[in-house]
Amino acid sequence: MDAVGERRINYDARGLAEPDAEVPNVSEVDGSSAVFDAAELTTRQINLELRNLVYERGVSDVTVKNPGSKHSLGVGILTRCRITFEGSLGYFGCGVIDGPEVHITGRVGWSACENMMSGVVVVEGNAGSLTGAALRGGDVVVKGRVGARSGIDQKGGTILTLGSVGSMTGFMMQRGHQIICGDAGPGLGDSMYDGTIYVAGKVKALGIDCVPGEWTAADSEFIERKFRIYELGTPPKFQKFVCGKKLYNYDNLEPSERKLVL
Amino acid sequence: MCGIAGIIYRDGARDVGHDMTAMLQSMKHRGPDSTGYALFAPASSQIVMRYTLADANDARDFEYEDRIERHRHEVEARLRELGAQLHEVEVETDYAYRATMTYDGDLKRLADFVEDVPGAEVLSLGNALEIVKDLGDAETVADQYKLEGFNGTHAIGHVRMATESDVDISGAHPYWAYPFSDVAVVHNGQLTNYFYWRRRLERSGHRFQSECDSEIIAVYLAEKMSEGLTLDEAMHKSLEELDGVFTYMCVTKDALGVAKDEMAAKPLVLYEGVDMVALASEEIAIRAIIDHEIDTYDPYEGEVLVWMR
Repeated sequence: MDAVGERRINYDARGLAEPDAEVPNVSEVDGSSAVFDAAELTTRQINLELRNLVYERGVSDVTVKNPGSKHSLGVGILTRCRITFEGSLGYFGCGVIDGPEVHITGRVGWSACENMMSGVVVVEGNAGSLTGAALRGGDVVVKGRVGARSGIDQKGGTILTLGSVGSMTGFMMQRGHQIICGDAGPGLGDSMYDGTIYVAGKVKALGIDCVPGEWTAADSEFIERKFRIYELGTPPKFQKFVCGKKLYNYDNLEPSERKLVL
Repeated sequence: MCGIAGIIYRDGARDVGHDMTAMLQSMKHRGPDSTGYALFAPASSQIVMRYTLADANDARDFEYEDRIERHRHEVEARLRELGAQLHEVEVETDYAYRATMTYDGDLKRLADFVEDVPGAEVLSLGNALEIVKDLGDAETVADQYKLEGFNGTHAIGHVRMATESDVDISGAHPYWAYPFSDVAVVHNGQLTNYFYWRRRLERSGHRFQSECDSEIIAVYLAEKMSEGLTLDEAMHKSLEELDGVFTYMCVTKDALGVAKDEMAAKPLVLYEGVDMVALASEEIAIRAIIDHEIDTYDPYEGEVLVWMR
């Protein structure tokens, strides 16, 4: 975004300038539910429409048709609501959200759910690289496969992948959980500080300082609960991986300090 | 940043000029500096040569038009001198040309002889491959070179955000694998052992049109294939021998291939349908040519995929 005089210029996913984007008001609203077609709308128009419905019109259940893999959709929603995208999202979908329950019937591109604070995002298809980067809280459920470096810098929350994941998954992970039902690429959990990674399939290679962890009843209970919540059936058998704490471990904070930081 | 795209039809030739323009235009934000196409028409017995006699942003001095005209005649004279039967020379812009000819001699000799004319640069040479590249976005370049309606079987394209070399046609992708006919490459990323391979390939007699690291990949692959490797084998070999972060696509007369480095640091989204395979840096490019819901995925690190038409 560039400031030009007093006008702010915004760019949509195609790089087109939108200096005067306004709420398009194209939704069909029925009580607390609304539906709108995003096929002919720009990224900014879609997000403006979403925010208007959720914040100004008291709608708690929004369906967005034909998102068309546009980038940065559904970002910055900081309230509890239900959003369904009927189709696929491009890069940075549902980033920096705090509270919503999002259902995506297609796939998501790179960096979905980046910096997500809380809520749930369920993706029916595949996800690109960097899914859940710097995730702080909430659950990200991907029913397909995920690209490289999912959960990089993860600081909380859970990323549950029914398929396989690419290289460097959980790179520099600091907290939270990853549950991977398929195979994991090379460099799993590389340089992780903390957190837990569960893998049901084969691990091509562990990353630096990522080591097998001791299985406890709490691990079983945690995984079973997640599978129950998302109606995923009986969980497979997992291996557990944690930080060996031989490389970097700067976590010398008192519990109260840690709460403030994380 | 840059964006790359590829498409191969499984059911014969279509308007690949239109489809590739739609894909590249939707990724304009990844690279507004220049746009390039490597388009494959159904193979013919004629040779098509795309060449330029100046760059788009060369200064237009008082002598410019006369000089270009003189050089154009010189190129045509040299083609005839080598025994080429020249059928047509189409003037695409005031510096870019498309020549069709019948020629069964040494293509390297022909390319070298043409490029010996001051300012001349052969962009592509072969029975099927046509490389078009210029400054501006995809719609600008497609309009300029009348690519709408280009009937072809497969293609790759590139939108460039110049980071390590000039904004000019030489720095634009795709790169033809001089002197091997009908091989071209587009690349998103950086090669960190560029100079090592450039020196090595130059010692083998290859010349490079640009300072761009991506040109190395085209020549590297073509040389490996000339030694007997298949495209798939050559691309696997490249993962061992080329350092850096990259996703690149290579096209030959019959195939389209893609390779990702072992870090999977550069994006690629892939759609494999019944009638076509389409791949691009961003899914939005694939959606630009397909109007129904599709399943796509990101290939993993170190993957090489090749499709035959």
